[in-house]
Amino acid sequence: MSEEVKMPQMGESIAEGTIVKWLKKVGDAVKRDEPLFEISTDKVDAEIPSPTAGVLSEIKVQEGETVAVNTVVAVINGGGGVTKPAAEPAKEAPPAPKQEPSQQVTQAQPEPAPPAPKAPEPARPAPAAPAPPESVEAAAGEPASAEELRRTRSSPVVRKIAEEHGVDITQIAGTGISGRVTKQDILSFVENRGAGAKVEPAAAPSVAPIAPPASPGATPAPPRAPQPQRAPAATQAEAGPQPFAEGDRVEIEPMSIMRRRIAERMVESRHVSAHVTSFMEVDFSKTAKLREGLKGEFERDGVKLTFMPFIIKAVIEAIKKWPIINSSVWGDQIVYKKDINIGVAVALDWGLIVPVIRGADEKSLLGLARAVNDLGERARRKQLKPDEVQGGTFTITNPGSFGGWAGTPIINQPQVAILGVGVIKKRPVVVDDAIAIRQIGVFGLSFDHRIIDGAIADQFLATLRDVIEAAEYTG
Amino acid sequence: MAAITLLEAIRQGLWEEMERDERVFLLGEDIGVYGGAFKVTEGFVGRFGEERVIDTPISESAIVGAACGAAMMGMRPVAEMQFIDFISCCFDILRNYAATSRYRQGIGIPMVVRGPCGGGVHGGPFHSQNVESLFLNTPGLKMVEPSTPYDAKGLIKAAIRDEDPVLFFEHKFLYRNPKIKQELPSDDYIVPIGKAATLREGRDLSIITYGAMVYTALDAADKLKEEGLEAEIIDLRTLLPFDREAILESVKKTSKVIILHEATRTGGMAGELTAVINEEAFEYLDGPVMRVTSIDTPVPYAPPLEEFFLPQVDDVLKAARALAAY
Repeated sequence: MSEEVKMPQMGESIAEGTIVKWLKKVGDAVKRDEPLFEISTDKVDAEIPSPTAGVLSEIKVQEGETVAVNTVVAVINGGGGVTKPAAEPAKEAPPAPKQEPSQQVTQAQPEPAPPAPKAPEPARPAPAAPAPPESVEAAAGEPASAEELRRTRSSPVVRKIAEEHGVDITQIAGTGISGRVTKQDILSFVENRGAGAKVEPAAAPSVAPIAPPASPGATPAPPRAPQPQRAPAATQAEAGPQPFAEGDRVEIEPMSIMRRRIAERMVESRHVSAHVTSFMEVDFSKTAKLREGLKGEFERDGVKLTFMPFIIKAVIEAIKKWPIINSSVWGDQIVYKKDINIGVAVALDWGLIVPVIRGADEKSLLGLARAVNDLGERARRKQLKPDEVQGGTFTITNPGSFGGWAGTPIINQPQVAILGVGVIKKRPVVVDDAIAIRQIGVFGLSFDHRIIDGAIADQFLATLRDVIEAAEYTG
Repeated sequence: MAAITLLEAIRQGLWEEMERDERVFLLGEDIGVYGGAFKVTEGFVGRFGEERVIDTPISESAIVGAACGAAMMGMRPVAEMQFIDFISCCFDILRNYAATSRYRQGIGIPMVVRGPCGGGVHGGPFHSQNVESLFLNTPGLKMVEPSTPYDAKGLIKAAIRDEDPVLFFEHKFLYRNPKIKQELPSDDYIVPIGKAATLREGRDLSIITYGAMVYTALDAADKLKEEGLEAEIIDLRTLLPFDREAILESVKKTSKVIILHEATRTGGMAGELTAVINEEAFEYLDGPVMRVTSIDTPVPYAPPLEEFFLPQVDDVLKAARALAAY
């Protein structure tokens, strides 16, 4: 009895996912719902639980590889799980890379085995090795395509380096043709690994799909030779001129999937929207008092109360008055969104994510506080569902977390405005010709000047300010 | 000392060898009073006399046949082909007689057959060819093709002093090219036969080439550098026996190779070098060995067709980018 594990459909709009890390090795026992692997899609990173209990018998998609939704990524043997008929063809599934770092291969194929497993990974690309009989695709025994061979076998020099360093080349994200691992890729991989950042498939969750950067100080090794490496060849053309000179002391680390995505999105947004940022000082004193009063009550419900739910409340009030803030541009049309879905940016150690509070205008202060806490918490534990990071209509971000006075955030497309909240702290202000101490925060609203003029943005900010300064929150 | 052209460098080499060794003499069509079709031997007859600068009938087989005989009798003949294309007229003497002499009878034939090769000057099919592949498969011959004035002078001297037959190819596009002029040392130097030169170091790919294509490779390397690719350029200088060590060392370093030559593709130098790389450096390759060559046709007369026929910088760039992305 065996069950195929497939790349899950993580949301309607998601067509493919990248395996970031296998949390189990071939041969490991897994329980049903026990985390099996981590994926990264263009929306979210997530841990995927095992659909059944048994022994992980085959990993078909290696770390760093991107496959279509529903592609079989692994096979779990035995156990009492529900077994689906294996005949269901995986639609659009690319031919599975035919190498398994398992003993099964050596059994299944009387290929001269490596003399002794000298490297930590006994993995060795087996040329078009027949996969275990359970696998439907493998039974066909088709010769591997050139693309597949390039990806899984790479080139003579890469195989040689892989053998010398005991590297499984399928673990490396290749930058060459058909995702081929180039000599440069494997040398960087070996170098990064050598610098103390070991890649262990079963290690604690980490984001980087390939070797994380060497942490300085983690290793007492002398500074490595200042050997500059060039960026992966495939991106060379776009990468532009090399940003360092020969002989400079540099270290080059490939971007994680999330980082690449953020980079693309930020530049794209700057390109799409006519960004303008306006600032407004807001006196939080009354709201702060209100917050103090409600804190205990909320805590009894297990909810930590920050300023964020108040700000969301105020934003909703202001959006209702200035609905164009909650819109999108569609060609030469403006799409007004009737749902108010507020995204709240959460900083992660490994990047940034914007979970969305759907129907925020229908939630009470307590509901908002709960949602903010819950989404933030789950973002940090990589447990967000893809649907929870899409569909936002307005975004709030918090450049003041570490004391920043204000920020000029980049609009989260296809939205048209984003609010950056600076640090809220006591500052001297003039009230009725006297100097008073007030809790002041600075709002920076970046808006898309294609459809929002400064006057509207300013009035939106003023509404926001008035609500917060009066501390009169509805609901 | 003034910088000189490649043609002047060959001229100086011949002149100095004739001054140094009275066994050295020249023979060819119109090389005496007329000074040769490209004027390489202009003024030689005045200095060395008609017995050492011999105008011959228009018969390449007679020229090379006479040279072989003289060489066996202890002379050091240097035979000129007016255009190297005509060397096929003396194929039998070179291949069956000269190349095998040392093997058959223990007698070396210290003869140089030199002449202008190559296209780019709209000379058409009879006056533009590169003939190295015709002789590549002939054990017993040596072939040399310099790309710089320094190498031209040093190699013509080495060829004259060699104990066996040497074919010396002079690319006519480089003959008077002012851009490649060099100042040469005044002392008597030679460039050893069988040694390649690394003209440019690089880590990303190797371009192995010779003759006028060296400059195509250098231009391509400048552009590749702007794209972040460092090309290493190996100038073979000697085509037979070629410098295996230099080739393999570069391949081992860069793992990606382009072989660039002006001769046509099928059965050319590039195929042979590819085979050697495959046999001896397979484990170091990170991509297919690529050939950039002329196409398999006669050399066209029409300038645009000739341009299409000859490898251009863009062809090298295309191959290099494909290799880089491989």
